[in-house]
Amino acid sequence: MSDFQTTNPVIKWIEYRLPVFSFLDHAVGTKYPTAKNLSYWWNFGSLAGLALVIMIVTGIFLAMQYTAHVDYAFDSVERIMRDVNYGWMLRYIHMNGGSFFFIVVYIHIFRGLYYGSYKAPRELLWMIGVVILLVMMATAFMGYVLPWGQMSFWGAKVITNLFSAIPLIGEDIVIWLWGGFSVDNPTLNRFFSLHYLLPFVLVGMVVIHIWALHQFGSNNPLGIETKGPQDSIPFHPYYTVKDLFGMGVFMIAFTAVVFFMPNAMGEAINYQEADPLVTPAHIVPEWYFLPYYAILRSVTFDIWFLSAKLIGVILMFASILILLVLPWLDRSPVRSSKFRPVHKQLFWIFVADCILLGWVGANPAEPPYLYIGQAGTAYYFAHFLIILPLLSVLERPRPLPNSISEPVLKGGGTAMGATAKPMEKA
Amino acid sequence: MTDTASPTHGDEGETRRDFLYLLAGGMGAVGTVAAVWPLIDSMNPAADVLALASTEVDLDPIELGQRVTVTWRGNPIFIDRRTKAVIDGARAVPLEDLPDPETDDARVQQAEWLIMIGVCTHLGCIPKGQKSGDPLGEYGGWFCPCHGSHYDTAGRIRKGPAPKNLVVPPYSFVEDTKIQIG
Repeated sequence: MSDFQTTNPVIKWIEYRLPVFSFLDHAVGTKYPTAKNLSYWWNFGSLAGLALVIMIVTGIFLAMQYTAHVDYAFDSVERIMRDVNYGWMLRYIHMNGGSFFFIVVYIHIFRGLYYGSYKAPRELLWMIGVVILLVMMATAFMGYVLPWGQMSFWGAKVITNLFSAIPLIGEDIVIWLWGGFSVDNPTLNRFFSLHYLLPFVLVGMVVIHIWALHQFGSNNPLGIETKGPQDSIPFHPYYTVKDLFGMGVFMIAFTAVVFFMPNAMGEAINYQEADPLVTPAHIVPEWYFLPYYAILRSVTFDIWFLSAKLIGVILMFASILILLVLPWLDRSPVRSSKFRPVHKQLFWIFVADCILLGWVGANPAEPPYLYIGQAGTAYYFAHFLIILPLLSVLERPRPLPNSISEPVLKGGGTAMGATAKPMEKA
Repeated sequence: MTDTASPTHGDEGETRRDFLYLLAGGMGAVGTVAAVWPLIDSMNPAADVLALASTEVDLDPIELGQRVTVTWRGNPIFIDRRTKAVIDGARAVPLEDLPDPETDDARVQQAEWLIMIGVCTHLGCIPKGQKSGDPLGEYGGWFCPCHGSHYDTAGRIRKGPAPKNLVVPPYSFVEDTKIQIG
């Protein structure tokens, strides 16, 4: 009944009743054929999974020591740092783990953008990924509030206040979010509850993401489908080993930061307890939110009946939601930028624009930063709404290889490729 | 059940079944909303939070020209005992210069006492201007450092991203020098 072969009687006994071993073999084992030409850019999905596991494990143990109350939260975090055995390590791993989670996820996303991984038939896989990013951002935002430092408090206040921009019901929504008339104890409690819940929601969504991935398998640097057994290798042992190697490299970078520069990516003022009556001179979000913060603040003018504040909020959310429709904005039939000479250049300009917006977000909202931020925001949306649709029509892609194995084997794969599936469109 | 689904009973049976589907679905939706509402409403301010909704402030120790901050419902309340010159200045401003037009008179109960919620109407920061040495902004009132909103001596927005004037809380004079906020 199962194609899973084993001589181990225990595994056989279990497999007969619950076919978990054959399931795993098909999911991440020898029965999952994967394109043979995946580069190291394809490591970042598994690295994101590792980061999620690290965050959940350290988070569970931190929650055992943390007190979600405005009078005790800050002190309980300091207690974790000073008195709890290895508390400092758990917290530094969790704190920097958030940053590294975003680093690998952003690389994972830009990989998808460069190699056209969002294109048919992987649109839904991509869209699930965008929703994962949104949930991840909500989780990170609420987690940052828990230590109840100055930046925790004021970041929470500014971001929850964004919802007051919604016409008519905005003020009521903000009071509902807060459970009071300011960010206070009810807010801290619900953020803790949701910060504990959402990572498990993420796990569920990652399962769906991988499920959708396995329908057609990974995209690859050439952006053409595998056309037969000569184009693929089993996931195990080839990519399990490659992913493990990537994890080793990741852990070197991660532990170097955790142990040698744990506060490099944080704000010093968050080691000051939250004071609802004193706003810090300069409020900045964590680095992974800076580009969105720049977009939010770039709007300083009303348009028709829409206030500058509301437009800023809409643009900030739109900057991520636009990724949901990306598969229909970029109509070029060629996936990989290797064969799209113009898109390749524009991709890197887009990356530079995102970094520029991040830099603007870290600076005060005044000239010249303001104007740079406005230009950067305009270009961000122009890339998706004007450049990509036009490029789909105007760009002349370079010819695609007949199969994945052809360029690798210098023509050796063509004979078998000819008997495989017919050549795909474009 | 095969009777109603058979072609001989045709249209009549199907219409009735559709109606029952709609009715059952509609009741299910109503029931779901009724079950979810308590969960949603539990996140609104609780009775003890609402109970903290009023505060009494003794204005007696505040000197002319002094600004004092008190707390109400977790937010700072700015109390400004304004001098005659400041009041006259605020009243001389033409309404067409204001993004959120409001006369100075409409924002105070007694001209000397300006009482406002000290929360920037942009994104909720606390504007500077309460302590001596704070920046007062270009209009001599308050200045929000977060995104650069300038408020005048009546707490009205004059420049920057904030859409509204600083909010005047509900308050009443219980004595000549004592107010109840909320």
